[in-house]
Formats: sequence, structure tokens, C-alpha cells
Amino acid sequence: MAIVEKQPLELGTADTVSYAEKPLGVFTRPQGGRGWRDWLSTVDHKRIGILYGVSAMFFFLVGGVQALLIRLQLAVPDGSVLSADVYNQVYTMHGVTMVFLFIMPLAAAFANYFIPLQIGARDVAFPRLNALSFWVWLSGAIFLNTSWIVAGGGADCGWFCYAPNSGVAFSPSHGVDFYAIGLQILGLASLVSAVNLIVTCLNMRAPGMTLMRMPIFTWMLLITQFLLLFALPVITVALFLLMFDRVFDAQFFNVDAGADPLLWQHLFWIFGHPEVYIIVLPAFGVVSEVIPTFSRKPLFGYEFMVFSGIAIGFMGWGVWAHHMFVSGMGPISVAAFSLSTMFIAVPTGVKVLNWLATMWGGKIRFTVAMKFAVATVAMFTIGGLSGVTHSVAPANTQQTDTYYIVAHFHYVIFGGGVLGLFAGLYFWWPKIWGHFLSERVGNWHFWLTLVGFNLTFGPMHILGLQGMSRRIDSYARGYGFEFWNLTATIGSFLIAAATALFLWNVFKSRRDAPYLPPPGPDPWDARSLEWSVPSPVPVHNFDTVPQIRSRDDWWHTKYGEDSTGKVVQVATAQEAAQTGEATGVHLPSPSFWPLSVALGLPLIGYGLIFNLWFALIGALVTIGSLYSWALEPVDDPDAAHDDHDDHDDHDDGSNDRAVDNSDSNEATP
Amino acid sequence: MSAETATAGSVTTSTVDADNHGEDHGHASHATSTGLSNTKLAMWVFLGSECLLFGGLISTYLLYSTRGNGRTLPADVFDIPFTSVSSFVLLMSSLTMVLALSAVNRGEAEAGRAWLLATALLGAVFLGGQVYEFTAFVREGVGFTTSPASSAFFTLTGFHGVHVAIGIVMLMSLFIRSVNGNLNQRNSETVEIVGLYWHFVDIVWIFIFTVIYLIPVN
Repeated sequence: MAIVEKQPLELGTADTVSYAEKPLGVFTRPQGGRGWRDWLSTVDHKRIGILYGVSAMFFFLVGGVQALLIRLQLAVPDGSVLSADVYNQVYTMHGVTMVFLFIMPLAAAFANYFIPLQIGARDVAFPRLNALSFWVWLSGAIFLNTSWIVAGGGADCGWFCYAPNSGVAFSPSHGVDFYAIGLQILGLASLVSAVNLIVTCLNMRAPGMTLMRMPIFTWMLLITQFLLLFALPVITVALFLLMFDRVFDAQFFNVDAGADPLLWQHLFWIFGHPEVYIIVLPAFGVVSEVIPTFSRKPLFGYEFMVFSGIAIGFMGWGVWAHHMFVSGMGPISVAAFSLSTMFIAVPTGVKVLNWLATMWGGKIRFTVAMKFAVATVAMFTIGGLSGVTHSVAPANTQQTDTYYIVAHFHYVIFGGGVLGLFAGLYFWWPKIWGHFLSERVGNWHFWLTLVGFNLTFGPMHILGLQGMSRRIDSYARGYGFEFWNLTATIGSFLIAAATALFLWNVFKSRRDAPYLPPPGPDPWDARSLEWSVPSPVPVHNFDTVPQIRSRDDWWHTKYGEDSTGKVVQVATAQEAAQTGEATGVHLPSPSFWPLSVALGLPLIGYGLIFNLWFALIGALVTIGSLYSWALEPVDDPDAAHDDHDDHDDHDDGSNDRAVDNSDSNEATP
Repeated sequence: MSAETATAGSVTTSTVDADNHGEDHGHASHATSTGLSNTKLAMWVFLGSECLLFGGLISTYLLYSTRGNGRTLPADVFDIPFTSVSSFVLLMSSLTMVLALSAVNRGEAEAGRAWLLATALLGAVFLGGQVYEFTAFVREGVGFTTSPASSAFFTLTGFHGVHVAIGIVMLMSLFIRSVNGNLNQRNSETVEIVGLYWHFVDIVWIFIFTVIYLIPVN
């Protein structure tokens, strides 16, 4: 990995310059422009963020349609919309799609777009690896979904795909092969992205941006990346074992040969429980940005928020077996994991109380973003509390594999994760696109979502406690399931209507934007650095690299104290913000190779399933692209080098403002 | 790093390295927040992830080491003296890797190339030993599909072997760069980073050899 990102050839000598003008490979190094090709070769973290976001929303619709099919099937007793077999595939792919193809990439979209902006960097540490992450993710997502066409159906083993159900004997179609290989490709994308973003957070901070001055959103994402870093290899092992079993007849999960199917459960949940925090911590980060902004108060207990996030990250590794209380792993394990699960509620509770304390006494503005953020806190608390009820092992024995569990994790993942990310969309939309989402349509979107969400998943608590099993494809009349199931189905269509409203909002706000006043750099009077640059953000982010003097530095640029200690505005956002007019800032050149590397991976996947010749072609494409990438000249030799004034400004500026740089190094690990 | 050094570093960057500060944020002369270059930090972070990968695979083998499906266990056919020799060869390659880095750091391109090649060759000898070992085991009735134990054994050691192979490819890439005159004191950090990977793969083998080969299964 080192040699592919490190440039092998220094420009400068006559030899290598001529080399740079005639690059190896079939593509000349693209120079950036405005057409669609530029999106394929972009290495700009903002564009990659947008690519992530748009693709994630597309898969939100795909997973949403699957959810509606599930709810239609269960709306009335003896549902006949789907066959039992197709039903298995639909709920499996619903789970996989929503987790791996919607929430994770939507969080990645925010991470890509805002981490460099919040820490005062011009891009991530490895711009081309960043593009690689996206293209590999997209190739994995498409690969996974082609199973509907080329494999005769999706995976049918549930999103956690327990052995031996996932074996060839019980799941003979190729769906599970696509699951095993597709998730490996997606995992590779997340791993590359995690390494990249960790290095970005640790290494690319602007002068004075110590770790304890980083915005809380960046902090939560940093923790998320560490969770990804350590969780992904574990599921990678599990998926390799599954793939070897299915494709090469290994014996990992063959019970007849003495294998232990619990191995899968352990490996899966060692990944799977941190995954819950991977989903929800980014949303916590969004909420922790939105609530202070719209309460006009600093975040209450910043340090506690950071360390409770870290505590959640650590403790998240010690609770995985609470997914396995009924697997017969013995009373000592059950007691230990029961206790650790109760404990992990503590740092989460700290966060909830700190959000409440932030709002307490604040001057609250209930914008749509704020509404979504407050709803996130409320709904996540409900989900968290039902989670604590699972930690009580005897009760858990009753609840396992019932709709009570389904209700719980949707309150956590939809109520915590998705609502939080929607808050982020409304909050940062003007920063990304240069116009607001309509607050009026947004209000409808919010209330419909909230009501629909509670109508859908609230009744599932009752259904579960009544004994309705998770994943059954139909139920008979007379168990008392009819009313609540119908309610849930109605609720799910309200969520669908709300999502349609959101899409309408996106379209309408874009259409109306030319007739409305532009939002300016800082429409919400917010606190972190991304609001100190114009909206939409110029391609080079910062005209001059900012000097950070305190936490919430941007806020303190705008506000100071008068002699009586009263907070007064010292500069408007418009005055204090950068103009975005710098020229000649030298940016990383685009590249087609990340896309090209990613194209080979699904071919390898198809090859392993159908015909190894495909795999050979795919491997050649990927390896060839990696080498072409390594040999690609780092800079476009024709790009402008004439004007370095703006770029050099920040070096001089660091002297002028006499910032205590030693501060920035003190807090680094 | 004091404020003065940091400033001096970036000033140097904008003069000496004027054509090159766009993309290569990892260049040694850039001041980063931690003082480590981006690429080196990325390698450390990546190796952290690799620990969990091998952790999962080693755990799998430990769980399955005695589950032979009524057939011969891998542990019954281990040839400890042979594997000890190939382990020694692999560990020596870490020494040559250090010598390679030291030579490149001192600007001795010839010696650097020789030690890089020696490291790759030692790695290749280890891989050859593994191929021999695998074929011998298959002849003795322990194949990949024989039992959970054998599947776990071949998967674990196979993953390690693939890591060694990737390391050899990286070493040979460095060798070719050096032949082309593109490996010198200025960018010797690349050698250091490949070295980090190589030493990691060696350390993993110490674990595998101890836990899998030397500790007997009952």
C-alpha cells in the first residue's frame, strides 16, 4: 500500500519530466473540468462526499422498496405478496442494503465532505485512495445487487447469515456467495477509507487545532474510523471462511465434520456490535453539532462527550455476545456480557444528558435540522432503553428473534442513525449546495417521518412481546397480530411518503434557489470551521490555512466579550469569512486509476462464483491499475505553477499571527 | 517539534519542493500534526487492522486444532525441524531488511539493492518451504477440505504466505526503482514503510510458529 500511494518518481530532473509528459498506461492524467468524466476521475474530497451521498440515497430507495414489500406481505394474515423464499431474500437484502449501502456510505459522505473542512485541511491525506474507497464501495454495492439478476435471487440467510443456514445445503442459490464476496469488497472500501480518514484527522490538522479542539463531529467520526479499522478484518475473516466453505469445499461450518457453527456467530458479532456504533456515532456527531448551534450555546461538557464517545468505542468490543444469549454458551459468559451490556448504557446516557444540558437555558431555534436532532435524541433514548431490557439475560431469552428485537434496533438505527443523518442533511445542505432545503417542505418531511417511524416500529414492541417471530413470512389469523401489523404497514407507507417529500424538497429547493437570497457562508451562525468558507465550498477549501486559537474558533472569531463580560458580536460572518477567491492553489490532480482498480474487483467476485477466467481478468485489471497508479506522475506537468502567492500566504501567515504551535503537538498521541 | 522548526519545515517545502506540494502530503519535509509522515502513519494504522485479521484466523485454528473429522490432524504431520529452518530464514530476512534501509539511508545504492534482493530471496525461500510443506501434508492425507482443523491450518498459513508474497512484490518494486535510480536518501522512507510491513509479517509468523506448531495439541 505504501508504494502505491507514495509517488515513485520525483519531478525535477530532465529525465523524469519527460517521463511525466508521457505517462505510462492508457490514460493520460486528467486535468479536471466540469463534465461527467471529471466526476469519474475526481479526487476532491467534497465531490467524493457528494458521490457517496447520492449513491447512498439511491440505495435508501432500494432498501425502502424492500421494506415496503416486507410490510405489504405482513399487512394482513396469510400474506401472499411474496413467496416464503422471496420473502427471505427481501428481508436479507433489506438489512444488508440499509446497513452497508445506505447508512454507512451516507456517514462516509459526511465524513469525506466535512472532516477536512472541520480540521482546516485542503483535502484528505490520500486523495486518490479516497476516490478508490468510493469506487470500490460502489463496485461492491452493484456486485451485491446483481445477484438478483445473475444468481436468481439475493442472499436468503438474514443479514447476519448464521451458519449452517448459510451453507450450500440450506442455501443452494448463489445469493450467499454474492453476500460473502460483496461484503468483502465493501469491507475493503471501508478499510481503505478508515486508514485514510484516521491519518487525515491525526496528521492534517491546521496549526493550533489540537485534538481537544477538534469539532465533536470529527471526533465521533475518528472513533468510528477506528471501530471500522478493527472490526472489518474480523468480518473479513468470517466471510473468507464462509466463501471457502461454499466455493472451495472447506469444512469451517460443516457440523458433520465436527465444525462449530458458533464460530460464525462470534466472528460476526465481534464485528457486528461495533458496527452498531459505527452506524450511530456519526449521527451522534451530527446531533452534537446541530444542538449547540441552534441552542446558541457551546456544547455542554465537550470533554465528557469526547471521552464518552471513546468509552463507547472501547466498550463496544466487550458486548458482542449479548446477541448470542440463547446460543448455549454457558452462564458465566452470559452473566459477563449481560453486565458489560448494562455498563455500556452509561456513556450513552452521558451523551443524552449532555445534549439536554446543552439545550437547557439555550435560545433554541426549531429549524428542521434541530427538530431532526432533538428527535434523534428522543428516539435513540427509547431504543437505548429497550436495549437495556435485552441485557437482562432471562428477559432476552423471551425476546430473542421476536419483533421486540426488530423494534429495538430500528429505534436505534433509524431513530438514532437515520434521523441524525437527516439532521445533518438539513444542517449542511446550504454549505454543500449553496442554497437551503425548504423549511416548509422540510417540516412536513420531519413530522411525517417521525409519525410514520413511530407507527411502524412502535407496535413491533407489542407484537414481539405477544410472541410474533422475527422473519416469519406470514402469520395465521387469531393470534392478535392483525391490528398492530396493519398499523406498522400504514406507518411504513408514511415513511415512504415522507421520503418522497424529501426528494421533492431536493428538487424544489434547487429549482427555487435562483430566486432566493443565497445563504452566505454561515447561515446558521454556527461554530466550526466549515462555516468560515463560502457556500458552496470552493474547490481549494481555504484561501489561507486557518490558525486555530480555541475550541469553536469560528464562533470566537465572530463573538467576543465587552468589558462587562457580556458576549458581543465583533464581526459578522460575512466580514470574517474567507472569500474563496484565491487562485493558483495547487491541488491534487485527478486520476482514473482508482476507478480502474475498483472495476476489477467485481470481476474477481464473478470469477470465484462462476468461472475462474473472469477472476484472472479481474485480477489483471486490478493489479495492472495498481501499478499504473503507482507510476502515474504525481502532478500534471501542464498545470499552472506560475502563481504561488496564495498558497505561500499560509506559511507567512503562521508567523504573523504568532500562534502557539507547540500546543498543536502537545495533545497528539 | 517547536514552532520554529514547524515554520522552517514549511518554508523549506515551498522553496525546495515547490513543484510537489499538491498531492504528496506524505512527503517527509512537510510538517504534519504528529510529526510522522502520512504514509508511515497509514502503514502503522493498517498494521493495527492486520492484527485483528490474523487474530481471527489464529483463533479459528485454535478452536479447530483438534477437530480432525476422524482423519489425520495437521498437528500430527508437522515437521518441526523443517519449519524451524524456514522460520529462521524468514526471521533473518528482517535483519537484511534493516540492513537494506540502513544502506539506502547512507546513500549506498548498490548495497541497498543487494540487501533488498537478499530480503526478497529469503522471503521466497520461506514461501518455497511453505509450498513444499503444503504438498507434503496433502500427500500425507491432510488436504484443505479434510477437516475443520486442516481448513483452518491451510487458511491461516495461506493468508500469511500471501502476505509474504505481497511483501516480496513490494521489495522487488523497490529494487526496480533503485535500479532506475529513483531510490535515494530523500525518499528512503518508502523502504522504511515496506520494512514496517515486512517486520510485521515476520512477527505474525513468530506467533503462528509458536502457537500453532510448537505448542502441542492434546
